[in-house]
Amino acid sequence: MAEELEKVDVVTVGVGWTGGIIAAECAKEGMSVVGLERGKGRSIDDYYMIHDELRYAIRYDLMQDVSKETISFRNAPDQRALPMRQMGSFLLGQGLGGAGVHWNGQTHRFLPYDFEIRSQTIDKYGEGKIKDGMMLQDWGITYDELEPYFDHFEKICGISGEENPYSPRSNPYPTPPMKDTPVTDRARQAAENLNLKPFKTPSANLSEQYENPDGKTINACQYCAFCERFGCEYGAKTDPTITVIPTAQETGNYELRTHSNVVEVLHQDGRATGVRYVDVLSGKEYIQPAEVVVLTSYVMNNTKLLLVSDIGTPYNPETGRGNVGKNYCYQINAGSTGFFEEEQFNTFMGAGSLGICVDDYNGDNFDHADLDFVHGGVGSVTQTGQRPINTNPVPPGTPSWGREFKEKSIHYFTRHLGIGFQGASMPYRYNYLDLDPTYKDAYGVPLLRMTYNFTDQDKNLHKYLSQRATEFVKEMGADVATEAEELGDYNIVPYQTTHNTGGTPMGDNPDNSTVNNYSQMWEAENLFVVGASTFAHNSGYNPTGTVGALAYRAAEGIIRYSKEGGSLV
Amino acid sequence: MAEESTDNKMSRRQFLKNSGYVAGGVVGGGIIGGLVTNQFQSGAPTQDQSQQEGGQATQDFSRALTYFSRREDFDVLSQMTELIYPSDDNGPGAIELGAAFYIDKQLSGAWGHNAREYMQGPFHEGEPTQGYQSRLKRHELIFQGIQKVKQYSQSNYDASFLDLEEEQQIEILTAFENGEVEIDGAPNEQFFALIRAATLEGVYADPLYGGNRNMDGWRMKEYPGNKMSYINEIDSGEFYDEEPSSLNAHMDQ
Ligand SMILES: Cc1cc2nc3c(=O)[nH]c(=O)nc-3n(C[C@H](O)[C@H](O)[C@H](O)COP(=O)(O)OP(=O)(O)OC[C@H]3O[C@@H](n4cnc5c(N)ncnc54)[C@H](O)[C@@H]3O)c2cc1C
Ligand code: SF4
Repeated sequence: MAEELEKVDVVTVGVGWTGGIIAAECAKEGMSVVGLERGKGRSIDDYYMIHDELRYAIRYDLMQDVSKETISFRNAPDQRALPMRQMGSFLLGQGLGGAGVHWNGQTHRFLPYDFEIRSQTIDKYGEGKIKDGMMLQDWGITYDELEPYFDHFEKICGISGEENPYSPRSNPYPTPPMKDTPVTDRARQAAENLNLKPFKTPSANLSEQYENPDGKTINACQYCAFCERFGCEYGAKTDPTITVIPTAQETGNYELRTHSNVVEVLHQDGRATGVRYVDVLSGKEYIQPAEVVVLTSYVMNNTKLLLVSDIGTPYNPETGRGNVGKNYCYQINAGSTGFFEEEQFNTFMGAGSLGICVDDYNGDNFDHADLDFVHGGVGSVTQTGQRPINTNPVPPGTPSWGREFKEKSIHYFTRHLGIGFQGASMPYRYNYLDLDPTYKDAYGVPLLRMTYNFTDQDKNLHKYLSQRATEFVKEMGADVATEAEELGDYNIVPYQTTHNTGGTPMGDNPDNSTVNNYSQMWEAENLFVVGASTFAHNSGYNPTGTVGALAYRAAEGIIRYSKEGGSLV
Repeated sequence: MAEESTDNKMSRRQFLKNSGYVAGGVVGGGIIGGLVTNQFQSGAPTQDQSQQEGGQATQDFSRALTYFSRREDFDVLSQMTELIYPSDDNGPGAIELGAAFYIDKQLSGAWGHNAREYMQGPFHEGEPTQGYQSRLKRHELIFQGIQKVKQYSQSNYDASFLDLEEEQQIEILTAFENGEVEIDGAPNEQFFALIRAATLEGVYADPLYGGNRNMDGWRMKEYPGNKMSYINEIDSGEFYDEEPSSLNAHMDQ
């Protein structure tokens, strides 16, 4: 039998960016907070051997152990879902700090258009622009309302950046942009030649040492090139383990329990009462009662825990009813790679957020009247530090092994540059999450089942952005430009992006959404679901700037709820 | 060896400590480059180097087998890696770089036994978009595949794989790449895809894993390996062609 522990004010399931932010803010208010994290603890001391491509970038040392828990996947409802036996398409976090430890730090804000996407699309282009099955909805909050929270998250991180004309801000970035390099100079020039508006990638790899409003110091980036998929041994990539988690701990009101895997949210009469979890080392089960339960366990488990605990109404794609599991979205990678015969670049140097972006083909920043898709994507020329096992660029037509492969992959390793677009992703009726009927995790809980495929919207957008990418790469002076192949079926094997969103979408009423704009669940007012699972669709950016803003708003909501109770909207 | 490198060099610990201040702007950025270069240019030479330089020749005791039980299987694997990544004017091929030793070590460890992957049944053949669905662990798939290479060679060329001309060996590998040879319990193409991926790892992973001998895989690719910092070079228009360094340099401090 599970042992019941003493009740606390707040329990968070998972301790990454979202769990850390909620803990810091609530603990500062004097609330007692417990953070349950299934993985182990970690800090800068663990990055002694971090510059190891095989261990961290290929074998995913810092990430989820999928022998214990994974998801199952199929492209369409008439297929049999099978477990994702190895990670590939996206890389799930595990351990203190979650994926925030091994992220790149590219910290954008979603566009004003995103939060009102349905109304603005109809206003400008008419109802017909929203295709059959596309479940566009407004988020129940505007950019202007969210702006102070964006601003605060950026201050906590110390983001280094420069003004993006499409992204209005009340304050300048806390620190200046990262260094210019021959690669970023060339990208900026190409953008200007094409009449686009280039800006430095807003970066959580800091250009200079910085102290955040909580008194936490973040060091200056060394451009060490082991950033994405690695922890930063300098404490120069802002992550939860050097900011919000120690902020929470220093209050004395926060208790962190690692190796604690939550298997169920307990509830009674429409209120969450606590969580049940397994100590994965001893195998013992515990019940942690709490006044407020906060799911901060990323898109997959935020959705799964609601479904297995039978809270809220599961989404049914046939009837369109229910909101848990709805609006699962991803992104598309459009782009083009340029090969340079005469020039060599230091592409093996860099930082996770070093690059130049263009937003001219993102959101509704360009006219869609004659286009067969909505939205767009940010284009980025990055210098993140390329490594030799994973980067073997060869021009089209080159065999994938043997003499010619060796020759060319060696030659072009430092002689290629590209631009990638993160194409936005719209919710569709048959792209959703529910529970797998067959497969279970190590604790006997059903796996989350993902049903997902790219749509015509994705394919059309992909084609358009890839064409723009090729123009861009030619403008950068490439001898040969190779455009991304046309988009086929979604494939869970090759890495694409860890920008999964949806499952517990946010909206302005309980009919179309799981949570309100404080991430408070409509159907259980003391249960908050925080993170990208609340995105009603996915924009053409990295998500964490928006995740952080929504988490700060959720924290404010939890504090208010603990005093006033009731629905916050 | 270790003494040589400790003299005029800053320990990694020291470097990290300093970089906080230096990078914070108190001291000024110029120092870091000097520290980093001193530290790593003088990194302890590897055993291989000392052999090449005619120094005291020490044996490389790690060159033995942890997984394969038959010499012939290991030799077939070695030859396959060499065909994938041959020796040429750029430098050594996979055999000289130790890729097969790398793979042998990996096969007996967590990777070979799919330790961090979901291996619960039921197993069903899926769509290619659903990824690996075989009940076979990597070591079982590779072991079986090597037996198939030997058999295929005997039945189609009437000779041992190792005795064939390079062109014929390439033909065989191409047949496996294209999935023309039946593999039990897994899609036919997976065996070759796995060997290819593992070969590139063995050529380019940090030498600590037993391949990329003497960091020559990195040298060919003009890849500098593990450096502490590029803060002084990142904005330079010059191509950076410093000697590479491996994680081994972090140990002697
Ligand atoms: C390689 C990579 C690069 C990225 N780069 C960027 C980038 O440049 N910019 C950007 O904006 N975003 C980036 N991201 C995404 C970013 O990392 C995430 O958006 C962010 O970390 C999400 O924070 P989170 O708190 O919602 O979830 P997570 O960080 O995933 O934290 C969730 C935590 O919950 C724990 N957990 C899950 N289930 C349970 C359970 N049942 N019981 C207990 N604990 C549980 C997990 O172990 C994990 O620690 C990147 C992601 C990856 C993988
Ligand atoms: S590139 Fe910069 S921020 Fe990233 S890990 Fe290296 S030093 Fe840290």
